[in-house]
Amino acid sequence: MNAQMMKFFRSKIVVLALVASTVPSLAGSIEPAKFRNCAWCHGESAEGYGPAPRLATQRYQYIENQLLSFRDHTRDNPFSKQYMWGAAANLSPPTMRELAIYLSALPPRAADDGDKELAAKGRALYEDGNPASNIVSCAVCHGPNAEGIRDIPRLGGLSYYYLKRKLEQWGEGYHTTAHAPMPLIASKLSSGEIEVLASYLSFVK
Amino acid sequence: MIIALHRERCIMKVHSSKLAVATAILTIFFSATSRSEEAGRTEGPKSSLQAKIEYCTMCHGSSGQGYRGFFPMPRLAGQQPEYFENQLRAFAERRRENRYMSSVARTLSPSMRTALANHFMHLNPRPLNGAPRQLVSTGKKIFEEGDPNTNVPACMACHGEEAKGQRETPRLAGQLNDYIVSKLVNWKKERGQDAAKPDISAVMLPTSHNLTKAQIAAVAAYVSYLQ
Repeated sequence: MNAQMMKFFRSKIVVLALVASTVPSLAGSIEPAKFRNCAWCHGESAEGYGPAPRLATQRYQYIENQLLSFRDHTRDNPFSKQYMWGAAANLSPPTMRELAIYLSALPPRAADDGDKELAAKGRALYEDGNPASNIVSCAVCHGPNAEGIRDIPRLGGLSYYYLKRKLEQWGEGYHTTAHAPMPLIASKLSSGEIEVLASYLSFVK
Repeated sequence: MIIALHRERCIMKVHSSKLAVATAILTIFFSATSRSEEAGRTEGPKSSLQAKIEYCTMCHGSSGQGYRGFFPMPRLAGQQPEYFENQLRAFAERRRENRYMSSVARTLSPSMRTALANHFMHLNPRPLNGAPRQLVSTGKKIFEEGDPNTNVPACMACHGEEAKGQRETPRLAGQLNDYIVSKLVNWKKERGQDAAKPDISAVMLPTSHNLTKAQIAAVAAYVSYLQ
Protein backbone atom coordinates (compact mmCIF):
# COMPACT_ATOMS: atom_id res chain seq x y z
CA MET A 1 0.00 0.00 0.00
CA ASN A 2 1.42 3.34 -0.93
CA ALA A 3 1.48 6.39 1.28
CA GLN A 4 -1.34 8.10 -0.55
CA MET A 5 -3.72 5.19 -0.09
CA MET A 6 -2.71 4.94 3.52
CA LYS A 7 -3.52 8.61 3.97
CA PHE A 8 -6.87 8.03 2.29
CA PHE A 9 -7.76 5.23 4.69
CA ARG A 10 -6.56 7.14 7.69
CA SER A 11 -8.62 10.17 6.78
CA LYS A 12 -11.63 7.92 6.23
CA ILE A 13 -11.24 6.40 9.64
CA VAL A 14 -10.97 9.80 11.26
CA VAL A 15 -14.14 10.97 9.52
CA LEU A 16 -15.92 7.78 10.54
CA ALA A 17 -14.82 8.28 14.06
CA LEU A 18 -16.14 11.81 14.25
CA VAL A 19 -19.46 10.87 12.74
CA ALA A 20 -20.39 8.01 14.96
CA SER A 21 -18.79 6.89 18.15
CA THR A 22 -21.37 5.76 20.60
CA VAL A 23 -19.93 2.34 21.36
CA PRO A 24 -20.72 1.59 24.97
CA SER A 25 -17.43 0.83 26.62
CA LEU A 26 -17.08 -1.10 29.85
CA ALA A 27 -13.96 0.88 30.50
CA GLY A 28 -15.96 4.06 30.56
CA SER A 29 -13.43 5.90 28.43
CA ILE A 30 -15.26 7.43 25.52
CA GLU A 31 -12.94 7.60 22.55
CA PRO A 32 -14.21 9.55 19.57
CA ALA A 33 -13.00 7.31 16.78
CA LYS A 34 -13.86 3.75 15.82
CA PHE A 35 -10.25 2.90 15.35
CA ARG A 36 -9.33 4.68 18.58
CA ASN A 37 -11.62 2.19 20.25
CA CYS A 38 -9.72 -0.73 18.65
CA ALA A 39 -6.32 0.78 19.46
CA TRP A 40 -7.11 0.92 23.15
CA CYS A 41 -6.64 -2.87 23.44
CA HIS A 42 -5.16 -3.93 20.11
CA GLY A 43 -2.45 -1.26 20.10
CA GLU A 44 -1.78 1.96 18.23
CA SER A 45 -0.73 0.10 15.10
CA ALA A 46 -3.02 -2.88 15.82
CA GLU A 47 -0.01 -5.03 16.69
CA GLY A 48 -1.93 -6.75 19.51
CA TYR A 49 -1.48 -6.67 23.25
CA GLY A 50 -1.93 -9.54 25.70
CA PRO A 51 -5.21 -11.30 24.97
CA ALA A 52 -6.14 -8.75 22.30
CA PRO A 53 -4.82 -10.26 19.05
CA ARG A 54 -2.81 -8.49 16.39
CA LEU A 55 -5.18 -7.23 13.71
CA ALA A 56 -2.57 -5.69 11.44
CA THR A 57 -2.26 -7.68 8.19
CA GLN A 58 -5.10 -10.02 9.17
CA ARG A 59 -7.41 -11.16 6.30
CA TYR A 60 -10.12 -8.54 6.01
CA GLN A 61 -12.94 -11.03 5.37
CA TYR A 62 -11.92 -12.79 8.57
CA ILE A 63 -11.98 -9.55 10.60
CA GLU A 64 -15.33 -8.67 9.12
CA ASN A 65 -16.75 -12.14 9.91
CA GLN A 66 -15.46 -11.96 13.47
CA LEU A 67 -17.03 -8.55 14.01
CA LEU A 68 -20.32 -10.01 12.78
CA SER A 69 -19.94 -13.00 15.10
CA PHE A 70 -19.28 -10.66 18.05
CA ARG A 71 -22.39 -8.72 17.12
CA ASP A 72 -24.40 -11.95 16.84
CA HIS A 73 -22.83 -13.30 20.05
CA THR A 74 -21.66 -16.54 18.40
CA ARG A 75 -18.06 -15.79 19.33
CA ASP A 76 -18.53 -16.12 23.04
CA ASN A 77 -15.12 -16.50 24.65
CA PRO A 78 -14.90 -14.62 27.97
CA PHE A 79 -12.96 -11.66 26.58
CA SER A 80 -15.13 -11.56 23.48
CA LYS A 81 -18.18 -11.17 25.69
CA GLN A 82 -16.50 -8.69 27.91
CA TYR A 83 -15.06 -6.39 25.27
CA MET A 84 -15.95 -7.26 21.72
CA TRP A 85 -19.70 -7.76 22.08
CA GLY A 86 -20.00 -4.17 23.20
CA ALA A 87 -17.44 -2.89 20.71
CA ALA A 88 -19.18 -4.56 17.75
CA ALA A 89 -22.73 -3.82 18.84
CA ASN A 90 -23.02 -0.41 17.23
CA LEU A 91 -20.86 -0.93 14.17
CA SER A 92 -22.81 -0.98 10.93
CA PRO A 93 -21.77 -3.64 8.39
CA PRO A 94 -20.16 -1.01 6.10
CA THR A 95 -18.18 0.35 9.04
CA MET A 96 -17.08 -3.17 9.94
CA ARG A 97 -15.84 -3.66 6.41
CA GLU A 98 -14.02 -0.35 6.33
CA LEU A 99 -12.28 -1.07 9.62
CA ALA A 100 -11.40 -4.58 8.41
CA ILE A 101 -9.88 -3.32 5.17
CA TYR A 102 -7.93 -0.65 7.01
CA LEU A 103 -6.57 -3.12 9.56
CA SER A 104 -5.68 -5.74 6.97
CA ALA A 105 -3.41 -3.22 5.25
CA LEU A 106 -1.37 -2.27 8.33
CA PRO A 107 2.19 -3.66 8.27
CA PRO A 108 2.76 -6.83 10.32
CA ARG A 109 5.29 -7.62 13.01
CA ALA A 110 5.66 -11.13 14.40
CA ALA A 111 4.97 -11.47 18.13
CA ASP A 112 8.05 -13.72 18.59
CA ASP A 113 6.90 -14.60 22.09
CA GLY A 114 6.78 -18.41 21.92
CA ASP A 115 9.34 -20.93 23.13
CA LYS A 116 12.04 -21.10 20.45
CA GLU A 117 12.93 -24.65 21.37
CA LEU A 118 9.42 -25.85 20.56
CA ALA A 119 9.24 -24.14 17.18
CA ALA A 120 10.63 -27.02 15.08
CA LYS A 121 8.15 -29.48 16.58
CA GLY A 122 5.39 -26.95 16.07
CA ARG A 123 6.30 -26.49 12.46
CA ALA A 124 6.18 -30.22 11.77
CA LEU A 125 2.77 -30.48 13.42
CA TYR A 126 1.51 -27.37 11.60
CA GLU A 127 2.57 -28.68 8.22
CA ASP A 128 1.72 -32.36 8.38
CA GLY A 129 -0.48 -32.88 11.41
CA ASN A 130 -0.25 -36.35 12.87
CA PRO A 131 -2.37 -38.77 10.85
CA ALA A 132 -1.72 -41.66 13.24
CA SER A 133 -3.45 -39.76 16.05
CA ASN A 134 -6.03 -38.05 13.81
CA ILE A 135 -4.52 -34.55 14.02
CA VAL A 136 -5.05 -32.76 10.71
CA SER A 137 -2.52 -30.53 8.96
CA CYS A 138 -3.11 -26.83 9.73
CA ALA A 139 -1.46 -25.84 6.45
CA VAL A 140 -4.18 -27.27 4.20
CA CYS A 141 -6.56 -24.54 5.37
CA HIS A 142 -4.33 -21.78 6.80
CA GLY A 143 -1.68 -22.00 4.07
CA PRO A 144 1.89 -23.34 3.91
CA ASN A 145 3.21 -20.16 5.54
CA ALA A 146 0.23 -19.59 7.86
CA GLU A 147 -0.80 -16.68 5.65
CA GLY A 148 -4.53 -17.45 5.63
CA ILE A 149 -6.86 -16.93 2.69
CA ARG A 150 -10.25 -15.27 2.22
CA ASP A 151 -12.03 -15.59 5.58
CA ILE A 152 -9.54 -18.13 6.93
CA PRO A 153 -7.27 -16.20 9.29
CA ARG A 154 -3.55 -15.56 9.00
CA LEU A 155 -1.95 -17.25 11.99
CA GLY A 156 1.71 -16.40 11.36
CA GLY A 157 3.04 -13.89 13.87
CA LEU A 158 0.05 -13.89 16.23
CA SER A 159 1.06 -14.00 19.86
CA TYR A 160 1.75 -17.28 21.63
CA TYR A 161 -0.64 -16.26 24.36
CA TYR A 162 -3.55 -15.51 22.04
CA LEU A 163 -3.09 -18.64 19.91
CA LYS A 164 -2.82 -20.86 22.95
CA ARG A 165 -5.93 -19.48 24.64
CA LYS A 166 -7.97 -19.58 21.43
CA LEU A 167 -7.08 -23.23 20.80
CA GLU A 168 -7.80 -24.11 24.43
CA GLN A 169 -11.13 -22.32 24.42
CA TRP A 170 -12.44 -24.28 21.45
CA GLY A 171 -11.67 -27.44 23.38
CA GLU A 172 -13.58 -25.95 26.34
CA GLY A 173 -16.65 -25.52 24.16
CA TYR A 174 -16.50 -21.81 23.32
CA HIS A 175 -17.16 -20.30 19.89
CA THR A 176 -18.81 -23.40 18.45
CA THR A 177 -20.29 -22.22 15.17
CA ALA A 178 -22.23 -24.87 13.29
CA HIS A 179 -20.16 -26.62 10.58
CA ALA A 180 -17.01 -24.66 11.42
CA PRO A 181 -14.12 -27.11 11.60
CA MET A 182 -12.02 -25.51 14.34
CA PRO A 183 -14.00 -26.49 17.46
CA LEU A 184 -13.67 -30.16 16.53
CA ILE A 185 -10.06 -29.89 15.38
CA ALA A 186 -8.90 -27.97 18.44
CA SER A 187 -10.68 -30.32 20.84
CA LYS A 188 -8.34 -33.09 19.66
CA LEU A 189 -5.14 -31.20 20.47
CA SER A 190 -3.28 -31.99 23.69
CA SER A 191 -1.92 -29.10 25.77
CA GLY A 192 1.57 -30.04 24.60
CA GLU A 193 0.49 -29.89 20.96
CA ILE A 194 -1.16 -26.51 21.52
CA GLU A 195 2.03 -25.23 23.09
CA VAL A 196 4.31 -26.24 20.19
CA LEU A 197 1.87 -24.88 17.58
CA ALA A 198 1.44 -21.54 19.35
CA SER A 199 5.21 -21.27 19.80
CA TYR A 200 5.97 -21.97 16.16
CA LEU A 201 3.32 -19.62 14.81
CA SER A 202 4.42 -16.71 16.97
CA PHE A 203 7.71 -16.62 15.01
CA VAL A 204 6.28 -16.91 11.49
CA LYS A 205 6.85 -13.76 9.45
CA MET B 1 -11.81 -21.09 34.36
CA ILE B 2 -11.36 -18.66 37.25
CA ILE B 3 -7.61 -19.21 37.16
CA ALA B 4 -7.50 -18.76 33.40
CA LEU B 5 -9.47 -15.55 33.56
CA HIS B 6 -7.36 -14.28 36.39
CA ARG B 7 -4.25 -14.90 34.32
CA GLU B 8 -5.76 -13.09 31.37
CA ARG B 9 -6.69 -10.26 33.67
CA CYS B 10 -3.16 -9.90 34.96
CA ILE B 11 -1.87 -9.51 31.43
CA MET B 12 -4.26 -6.69 30.66
CA LYS B 13 -2.49 -4.05 32.64
CA VAL B 14 -4.57 -1.17 31.45
CA HIS B 15 -7.80 -1.90 33.29
CA SER B 16 -9.52 0.75 35.25
CA SER B 17 -10.89 -0.21 38.64
CA LYS B 18 -14.38 -0.05 37.14
CA LEU B 19 -13.35 -2.72 34.70
CA ALA B 20 -11.89 -4.86 37.42
CA VAL B 21 -15.29 -4.92 39.10
CA ALA B 22 -16.98 -5.82 35.81
CA THR B 23 -14.39 -8.54 35.27
CA ALA B 24 -14.99 -9.97 38.71
CA ILE B 25 -18.73 -10.13 38.08
CA LEU B 26 -18.19 -11.72 34.71
CA THR B 27 -15.69 -14.17 36.19
CA ILE B 28 -18.35 -15.45 38.57
CA PHE B 29 -20.86 -15.63 35.74
CA PHE B 30 -18.55 -17.50 33.39
CA SER B 31 -17.31 -19.97 35.96
CA ALA B 32 -20.93 -20.91 36.62
CA THR B 33 -21.59 -21.46 32.93
CA SER B 34 -18.36 -23.17 31.91
CA ARG B 35 -19.10 -25.62 29.19
CA SER B 36 -15.99 -27.71 29.22
CA GLU B 37 -18.00 -30.76 30.25
CA GLU B 38 -20.28 -30.31 27.26
CA ALA B 39 -17.49 -30.09 24.70
CA GLY B 40 -18.24 -33.68 23.72
CA ARG B 41 -14.81 -35.17 23.13
CA THR B 42 -14.90 -38.49 21.33
CA GLU B 43 -13.30 -41.22 23.35
CA GLY B 44 -12.12 -44.58 22.06
CA PRO B 45 -9.18 -45.86 20.07
CA LYS B 46 -7.76 -43.40 17.56
CA SER B 47 -7.74 -46.10 14.93
CA SER B 48 -11.45 -46.84 15.28
CA LEU B 49 -13.66 -46.25 12.25
CA GLN B 50 -15.69 -43.52 13.95
CA ALA B 51 -12.52 -41.64 14.90
CA LYS B 52 -11.19 -41.89 11.34
CA ILE B 53 -14.48 -40.75 9.81
CA GLU B 54 -14.41 -37.73 12.10
CA TYR B 55 -10.78 -37.12 11.12
CA CYS B 56 -11.74 -37.11 7.41
CA THR B 57 -14.59 -34.67 8.03
CA MET B 58 -12.28 -32.13 9.71
CA CYS B 59 -11.00 -31.25 6.23
CA HIS B 60 -13.61 -32.66 3.86
CA GLY B 61 -16.67 -31.22 5.62
CA SER B 62 -18.99 -32.58 8.29
CA SER B 63 -20.99 -34.59 5.70
CA GLY B 64 -18.14 -35.07 3.25
CA GLN B 65 -19.45 -32.18 1.14
CA GLY B 66 -15.94 -30.79 0.64
CA TYR B 67 -14.40 -27.60 2.03
CA ARG B 68 -12.57 -24.60 0.68
CA GLY B 69 -9.43 -24.17 2.76
CA PHE B 70 -6.15 -22.79 1.45
CA PHE B 71 -6.53 -25.70 -0.97
CA PRO B 72 -9.91 -26.97 -2.13
CA MET B 73 -10.68 -30.20 -0.27
CA PRO B 74 -12.78 -32.45 -2.49
CA ARG B 75 -16.27 -33.72 -1.83
CA LEU B 76 -16.19 -37.36 -0.70
CA ALA B 77 -19.93 -37.80 -0.31
CA GLY B 78 -21.48 -40.18 -2.82
CA GLN B 79 -18.10 -41.06 -4.28
CA GLN B 80 -17.68 -44.41 -6.00
CA PRO B 81 -16.05 -46.73 -3.43
CA GLU B 82 -13.76 -48.33 -5.98
CA TYR B 83 -12.42 -44.94 -7.03
CA PHE B 84 -12.15 -43.86 -3.38
CA GLU B 85 -10.04 -46.88 -2.42
CA ASN B 86 -7.96 -46.65 -5.59
CA GLN B 87 -7.03 -43.07 -4.77
CA LEU B 88 -6.05 -43.87 -1.19
CA ARG B 89 -3.79 -46.63 -2.53
CA ALA B 90 -2.34 -44.25 -5.11
CA PHE B 91 -1.61 -41.63 -2.42
CA ALA B 92 0.01 -44.22 -0.18
CA GLU B 93 2.19 -45.54 -3.04
CA ARG B 94 2.91 -42.00 -4.24
CA ARG B 95 1.48 -42.68 -7.66
CA ARG B 96 -0.76 -39.73 -6.89
CA GLU B 97 1.19 -36.72 -5.65
CA ASN B 98 -0.15 -34.94 -2.59
CA ARG B 99 1.99 -34.34 0.45
CA TYR B 100 -0.88 -34.28 2.91
CA MET B 101 -2.91 -37.18 1.58
CA SER B 102 0.14 -39.42 1.17
CA SER B 103 0.88 -39.33 4.87
CA VAL B 104 -2.81 -39.72 5.69
CA ALA B 105 -3.28 -42.70 3.38
CA ARG B 106 -0.23 -44.51 4.67
CA THR B 107 -1.74 -44.74 8.16
CA LEU B 108 -4.88 -46.46 6.84
CA SER B 109 -5.13 -50.25 6.70
CA PRO B 110 -6.75 -51.79 3.59
CA SER B 111 -9.84 -52.70 5.62
CA MET B 112 -10.08 -49.14 6.97
CA ARG B 113 -9.90 -47.78 3.40
CA THR B 114 -12.80 -50.03 2.43
CA ALA B 115 -14.82 -49.03 5.48
CA LEU B 116 -14.27 -45.31 4.81
CA ALA B 117 -15.19 -45.72 1.14
CA ASN B 118 -18.43 -47.46 2.11
CA HIS B 119 -19.24 -44.79 4.68
CA PHE B 120 -18.84 -41.78 2.38
CA MET B 121 -20.58 -43.48 -0.54
CA HIS B 122 -23.89 -43.28 1.35
CA LEU B 123 -23.76 -39.58 2.24
CA ASN B 124 -25.69 -37.12 0.11
CA PRO B 125 -25.32 -33.49 1.28
CA ARG B 126 -26.15 -30.59 -1.02
CA PRO B 127 -23.32 -29.43 -3.29
CA LEU B 128 -21.16 -26.60 -1.90
CA ASN B 129 -21.78 -24.44 -4.98
CA GLY B 130 -19.92 -21.17 -5.56
CA ALA B 131 -18.97 -21.72 -9.23
CA PRO B 132 -19.68 -19.00 -11.83
CA ARG B 133 -23.25 -19.67 -13.03
CA GLN B 134 -22.65 -18.13 -16.43
CA LEU B 135 -20.31 -20.99 -17.36
CA VAL B 136 -22.85 -23.73 -16.70
CA SER B 137 -24.45 -23.94 -20.15
CA THR B 138 -21.08 -24.12 -21.94
CA GLY B 139 -19.99 -26.74 -19.45
CA LYS B 140 -23.11 -28.81 -20.00
CA LYS B 141 -22.44 -28.92 -23.72
CA ILE B 142 -18.86 -30.08 -23.25
CA PHE B 143 -19.95 -32.62 -20.66
CA GLU B 144 -22.59 -34.09 -22.95
CA GLU B 145 -20.97 -33.73 -26.37
CA GLY B 146 -17.26 -33.20 -25.85
CA ASP B 147 -15.37 -31.12 -28.40
CA PRO B 148 -14.67 -33.07 -31.61
CA ASN B 149 -12.38 -30.30 -32.91
CA THR B 150 -9.87 -30.80 -30.11
CA ASN B 151 -10.33 -34.52 -29.53
CA VAL B 152 -12.21 -34.10 -26.27
CA PRO B 153 -14.67 -36.95 -25.72
CA ALA B 154 -17.99 -36.41 -23.94
CA CYS B 155 -17.33 -36.60 -20.18
CA MET B 156 -20.72 -38.28 -19.89
CA ALA B 157 -19.48 -41.35 -21.78
CA CYS B 158 -17.42 -42.49 -18.77
CA HIS B 159 -18.68 -40.43 -15.84
CA GLY B 160 -22.34 -41.12 -16.62
CA GLU B 161 -25.27 -38.93 -17.66
CA GLU B 162 -25.71 -37.62 -14.14
CA ALA B 163 -21.96 -37.49 -13.46
CA LYS B 164 -22.31 -40.10 -10.71
CA GLY B 165 -19.36 -42.14 -12.00
CA GLN B 166 -19.06 -45.90 -11.93
CA ARG B 167 -16.55 -48.31 -10.41
CA GLU B 168 -13.09 -46.71 -10.74
CA THR B 169 -14.42 -43.68 -12.63
CA PRO B 170 -15.18 -40.93 -10.12
CA ARG B 171 -18.45 -39.19 -9.41
CA LEU B 172 -18.14 -35.54 -10.42
CA ALA B 173 -21.64 -34.41 -9.43
CA GLY B 174 -21.46 -31.80 -6.67
CA GLN B 175 -17.67 -31.72 -6.72
CA LEU B 176 -16.00 -28.38 -5.90
CA ASN B 177 -15.34 -26.60 -9.18
CA ASP B 178 -12.00 -25.20 -7.99
CA TYR B 179 -10.91 -28.73 -7.03
CA ILE B 180 -11.77 -30.08 -10.50
CA VAL B 181 -9.96 -27.19 -12.17
CA SER B 182 -6.82 -27.74 -10.10
CA LYS B 183 -6.84 -31.51 -10.80
CA LEU B 184 -7.31 -31.18 -14.56
CA VAL B 185 -4.70 -28.44 -14.88
CA ASN B 186 -2.16 -30.44 -12.87
CA TRP B 187 -3.05 -33.94 -14.08
CA LYS B 188 0.36 -34.68 -15.52
CA LYS B 189 2.17 -33.50 -12.37
CA GLU B 190 -0.06 -35.28 -9.88
CA ARG B 191 -1.32 -38.52 -11.40
CA GLY B 192 0.45 -41.66 -12.55
CA GLN B 193 3.71 -40.60 -10.92
CA ASP B 194 5.26 -44.09 -10.81
CA ALA B 195 6.44 -45.00 -14.31
CA ALA B 196 6.98 -48.59 -13.20
CA LYS B 197 3.37 -48.85 -12.05
CA PRO B 198 1.09 -47.21 -14.59
CA ASP B 199 -2.49 -46.84 -13.38
CA ILE B 200 -5.93 -45.96 -14.69
CA SER B 201 -5.27 -42.23 -14.30
CA ALA B 202 -3.57 -42.42 -17.72
CA VAL B 203 -7.05 -42.51 -19.27
CA MET B 204 -7.59 -38.84 -18.43
CA LEU B 205 -4.16 -37.61 -19.47
CA PRO B 206 -4.88 -36.82 -23.16
CA THR B 207 -8.22 -35.20 -22.33
CA SER B 208 -6.76 -33.06 -19.54
CA HIS B 209 -4.17 -31.92 -22.07
CA ASN B 210 -6.67 -31.23 -24.87
CA LEU B 211 -9.12 -29.21 -22.81
CA THR B 212 -8.51 -25.47 -22.80
CA LYS B 213 -8.49 -23.62 -19.47
CA ALA B 214 -11.81 -22.02 -20.35
CA GLN B 215 -13.34 -25.41 -21.15
CA ILE B 216 -12.05 -26.84 -17.87
CA ALA B 217 -13.59 -23.95 -15.92
CA ALA B 218 -16.91 -24.41 -17.73
CA VAL B 219 -17.22 -28.14 -17.28
CA ALA B 220 -16.13 -27.88 -13.64
CA ALA B 221 -18.83 -25.27 -13.02
CA TYR B 222 -21.48 -27.44 -14.66
CA VAL B 223 -20.82 -30.62 -12.69
CA SER B 224 -20.39 -28.73 -9.40
CA TYR B 225 -24.11 -27.87 -9.40
CA LEU B 226 -25.33 -31.40 -10.13
CA GLN B 227 -27.00 -33.07 -7.17
